[in-house]
Amino acid sequence: MSDRDLLLPVASATSGGNDAVVAPHASALATLWHLLTGSKIAMVGAAIITFWTVAALLAPWIAPYPPNTLDPAGLIYPYPSAMHLLGVDHLGRDLLSRILWGARTVLTVAPLAVIGAAALGTLLGLFSGYRGGVIDAVIMRVGDVLLAFPKIILYLIIIARFGASALNIILVITFTAAPIVARIVRAVTLDVKNRDYVAAARMRGESPLYIMFFEILPNTRGPLIVDFFLRLGYTAVAIGVLGFLGIGLPPPDPDWGGMVKEAYGMIFVWPHMTLIPAAAISSLVIGFNFLAMGLKEAAQDG
Amino acid sequence: MANLVTDILSFQDVSIAHRTLRGAPTRIIDGVSFSIPARGAFGLVGESGCGKSTIALAAMRYLPAGMTITGGRILVDDRDLAGLDEDALRTLRGHRIAMIYQDPMSSLNPVMPVGAQLMEVPLLHGTVDTSKARARAHEMLDAVRIADPTAIMRRYPHELSGGQQQRVVIAMALMAEPALLIMDEPTTGLDVTIEAAILDLVRTLRADFGAAILFISHNLGAVARVCDSIGVLYTGRLVETGPIAPVFRAPAHPYTRGLLNALPRVDAGKTRRPLQPIEGAIAPSDRARIGCAFAPRCAHHRPNACDDRPIELQSASAASGHTARCGRLGELTVTQAPALVGNSLSEGAGDILLSVRGLSKYYHAGGLFGSRGAVVRAASDVHLDVRRGRTLAIVGESGSGKSTVAKVIAGLVPGTSGNAMFRSVDLVPLPVDKRSWDVRRAIQMVFQNPDSTLNPSHTVEYALMRPLQRLKGLSRAEARNGARRLLERVRLPSELLQRLPHQLSGGQRQRVAIARALAGDPEILIADEPVSALDVSVQAAIVNLLGELLQSSAISLVIISHDLALVRHMADWIAVMYLGRVVEYGPADLVLSAPFHPYTEALLASAPTPDPDAPPPAVVLGGTMPSPSQEITGCVFASRCPRKIGPVCDTMQPCVRRSGEHEIACHIDLMPAAGAVGADT
Amino acid sequence: MLRYVGRQLLNMAITLFAVSFLVFMLNELTPGDVARKVLGPYALQDQVDQLTRQMGLDRPVYVRYIEYMGKALTGDFGESIVYRQPVAAVMWDRLRNTLLLATVSFAVIVPVSILFGVLAGMRERSRLDRAVNVFSSVCASIPEFAMGVFLLAVFVVWLKLLPGTAPLTSSGGWPIWSQFVLPVAVVTIYDAGYLISMVRQSMVDVMRQPYIRTAILKGMTFRQVVTRHAMRNALITPFTVILLQLNYLVSGLVVVETVFAYPGFGRMMLEAALAKDIAIVEAGTLIAVGVTMFTQLAGDLGYMALDPRIRV
Repeated sequence: MSDRDLLLPVASATSGGNDAVVAPHASALATLWHLLTGSKIAMVGAAIITFWTVAALLAPWIAPYPPNTLDPAGLIYPYPSAMHLLGVDHLGRDLLSRILWGARTVLTVAPLAVIGAAALGTLLGLFSGYRGGVIDAVIMRVGDVLLAFPKIILYLIIIARFGASALNIILVITFTAAPIVARIVRAVTLDVKNRDYVAAARMRGESPLYIMFFEILPNTRGPLIVDFFLRLGYTAVAIGVLGFLGIGLPPPDPDWGGMVKEAYGMIFVWPHMTLIPAAAISSLVIGFNFLAMGLKEAAQDG
Repeated sequence: MANLVTDILSFQDVSIAHRTLRGAPTRIIDGVSFSIPARGAFGLVGESGCGKSTIALAAMRYLPAGMTITGGRILVDDRDLAGLDEDALRTLRGHRIAMIYQDPMSSLNPVMPVGAQLMEVPLLHGTVDTSKARARAHEMLDAVRIADPTAIMRRYPHELSGGQQQRVVIAMALMAEPALLIMDEPTTGLDVTIEAAILDLVRTLRADFGAAILFISHNLGAVARVCDSIGVLYTGRLVETGPIAPVFRAPAHPYTRGLLNALPRVDAGKTRRPLQPIEGAIAPSDRARIGCAFAPRCAHHRPNACDDRPIELQSASAASGHTARCGRLGELTVTQAPALVGNSLSEGAGDILLSVRGLSKYYHAGGLFGSRGAVVRAASDVHLDVRRGRTLAIVGESGSGKSTVAKVIAGLVPGTSGNAMFRSVDLVPLPVDKRSWDVRRAIQMVFQNPDSTLNPSHTVEYALMRPLQRLKGLSRAEARNGARRLLERVRLPSELLQRLPHQLSGGQRQRVAIARALAGDPEILIADEPVSALDVSVQAAIVNLLGELLQSSAISLVIISHDLALVRHMADWIAVMYLGRVVEYGPADLVLSAPFHPYTEALLASAPTPDPDAPPPAVVLGGTMPSPSQEITGCVFASRCPRKIGPVCDTMQPCVRRSGEHEIACHIDLMPAAGAVGADT
Repeated sequence: MLRYVGRQLLNMAITLFAVSFLVFMLNELTPGDVARKVLGPYALQDQVDQLTRQMGLDRPVYVRYIEYMGKALTGDFGESIVYRQPVAAVMWDRLRNTLLLATVSFAVIVPVSILFGVLAGMRERSRLDRAVNVFSSVCASIPEFAMGVFLLAVFVVWLKLLPGTAPLTSSGGWPIWSQFVLPVAVVTIYDAGYLISMVRQSMVDVMRQPYIRTAILKGMTFRQVVTRHAMRNALITPFTVILLQLNYLVSGLVVVETVFAYPGFGRMMLEAALAKDIAIVEAGTLIAVGVTMFTQLAGDLGYMALDPRIRV
């Protein structure tokens, strides 16, 4: 065994090789924390996400106005002012309040959709990769068909057909993202199932379910954590796009994409009404992507 | 150290440190000095993490990011490497020094034909035209004894065998007509017979081309075969240097001695002597020690002599230039290996516990995109017996089918035909999940790779409790106690129970894996290359542990190994496999002494021994093992056999010749007494 | 090789049929809707029923599906209820517009992505790498509608340098070429952000390979190492991904088309979906899925041509 661990810090080099599937640690949370503190960019991302999460949680208490109250008088001076810190929108509703409540929308819908996709995708990927054969072929083929649809068209068809509601959006995103998560988990499963510890589990007569959930699943967490945050970013964009195209959450509840759409006609007169929600969603997605990027980089460093 | 004008490469008190984002810089190399004269061959030996490769890269001034030279000078042709500009450095890399790497496959560009990669070297420096470069590449491939160079030059790296790839890499290095060749573990990962052929090639090339060699290896035998002087590296410090002969005959440093005593020897006598492992493991803190870095593991350690001051390399024998870095150099005399303790070969043949007859495992190579691939004959018509309390070794190179046989017995894959009777149950068609709990408990396995044998997400305690609960039906509390006892049986402290695998050393992980296999009190323990991925000093301890377990309980051991020295040390019975077939089988003594099957003979000759006086191998096998999907009508070994007698070897399968318990499948009548006993199908 | 292509084409055909049937079923689950849509909310139920019969919508779904597919194969996708003309006429026109925008964008995106991806990835964690990495991540993070709004605010509202819409007619006083600038910019920034990080990652992986060390230690200059050994290997993986961008550029442009009122394929799909114009949705989906599958096949074939290790 040569010094193939030449590039690793010496402490870990002497304790032998590293596992391919991200540096293993006690729990997913501990892994996350370890990786997070190892990367500046991840910290920036985490800070942005924390900011919006706190804003969303506290919206009912810190928002200066109710988000949907029309105030035509506000349009006399719609720009940021002492009364309306970020100004008002084209119907005179307080923008700051709508941004805060909008954070609540996206930070509820996106995580639910991504958790749904992660759960379904993990399940399918595990079965597909471990069982192989016909089950694998069927699951992957169905996934291929779903992935052959350009995503936006799939959203259009389904939401136009079943209507725009938070639940439908969550379901659509869950079903379109699950095949991708399934591929990731399947790839890890195919690798892990040939490792000696899985053979050792078979030697003591463990059931396939035990092997999938206790021997394989815990080792997929590295790639899954990175994918989780990337996907939150994609999903926030998707929710924004649906809102902007007018097939997102039904009005009047604030949703950043919808806010851009509604005020878009006013951009030549009152540009801040579109720019502020556009900036809000951009910053949130930047936060998710920075976090994912940093975590991936830190995971490579071990 | 005098500055000799004739030295090609000279390290003068070189230190290298590694700086990471977290934590203080770590010393990787500490005050290393050595020099290689023209035509000299210097071997650098050490275990993983000792800094051998760092030295190789430093000699090319190509240290990985984060590593810097913190002291000393590296001279090439008497010029300080640190003072060279980019152009001079490139000329040096292209012309004076060339490097040969471990893992030749990944050292070659996968999307470029081999010929283009060779021709690039002279073309780069603009001295020759394309046709000259091509002629030269052809010439070099000839020199490294590759058949049909013209065809090879058009191939991509993945279309060559491992041995061919390494020859191409060597040819590429020679294209530059270097004054110094740096070889970093050039034979690691290659099969024994291929390794012997490559080492043989290196010796000839050294004579033909006159290049000096820096040969880096963990394999003392390989170094003894190729080099004329040696340096032993431990945690970045040279602990012993000198000409090969005195260092191997009278090693002065306890670490060097330890390495030599830890190795099983293929040329050992018939009696078993326990190997002497080096206790403990390298700790990160050892690098920071002021005194001897080896002190924490050294049996001769005395605080006042070893700890409080830096220890210099001192002369161990003035005449030969043999030096060692030991605080008690003068006081220590060469200790003899302890006298034989009762650990000799078990007497008698032993009852047959498991009897394998005609076992075959064929499968269809999965063709890409669902097309039906060829039939791969992983194992064909294998006969062997596992005897109570005895050790059976299945020996062979990669692709010989030895692991397949083990997996079928263990139930990890079902066999295609034949039978393996254990307690009147046929195991061949029975994968492990269809076996009864009794059978499952009785046959357990230890795996090869310490990196993947334990689940990185589970603690040691969980890894040991689970089989106790499953196989013995213990309650949680009982299993918890049981886990502690298992750990004691493999000589590990119970503090390790809460550790995760990445917090253990390779040797510790392998011990835990053995403990796990023992959980159900098995009757047959199958160990698939249990020590091949471990450092030499750790190997010995694991081998001894297995030996002790055999003595203390009535376990039968099946060892799968490519290492004849290890097999000689451990086995009572040996089966030698080649390309899916058993070519020789019998009690260890008989198999390892004449008459041999020609393949066994070649294997024995190939195994490198750490002995400078050993003659070069009499038999060096050419060629490579045919693909197991190739249809072979004659003897499987015919294509490489040095003793092939004629067309009969290619057309007819040899019958098994038997003398007592000793069986050889060969057309030559090698057996002293009895002749053929019926043709093999 | 030919067998592989044949097999893939067969696979494609099967998938396309599956997709078309799925979409057909999804939209046909509520018959009567179509006739109601055509006649408006005040029509009598009798009239609706009669039209439904006239249009043959009362027959079983599979019969109508077979009939539909039969016609579709000859290029007849039916009549659009929104545009009041044959689907084919609307669709090809819109598709041509979108392909124009897509081609221009693709021609900018690919060289930009490869250039910056290679420059960043060849020296991992250098300053340039850091900068490109963060910048491309930011670009890929900003949704197209947000980027559209930002660029619009700067170049149209504030600087008044460019037109804010791209109707592809010069009636607004802006030359046609100027109408392309902002849509192409938005698409490029968003998509190149993603592609740069793909190319960069692949380049980083390649630069860590031992054969790069071999090349350097042969005495090559860094430039030679990058151009002769690294790039060819580094472009193998992103090749497929780059080709797959064509899908995005055909159907994913709906957002950009909406922002700039560009008469493209995506916006047609959006309008049709909102108006439940089933004929257009069905035909458009078939086209979009067909494009995806062709790019996938082209990607596979290109991959095989680039990497000698993969052969069928």
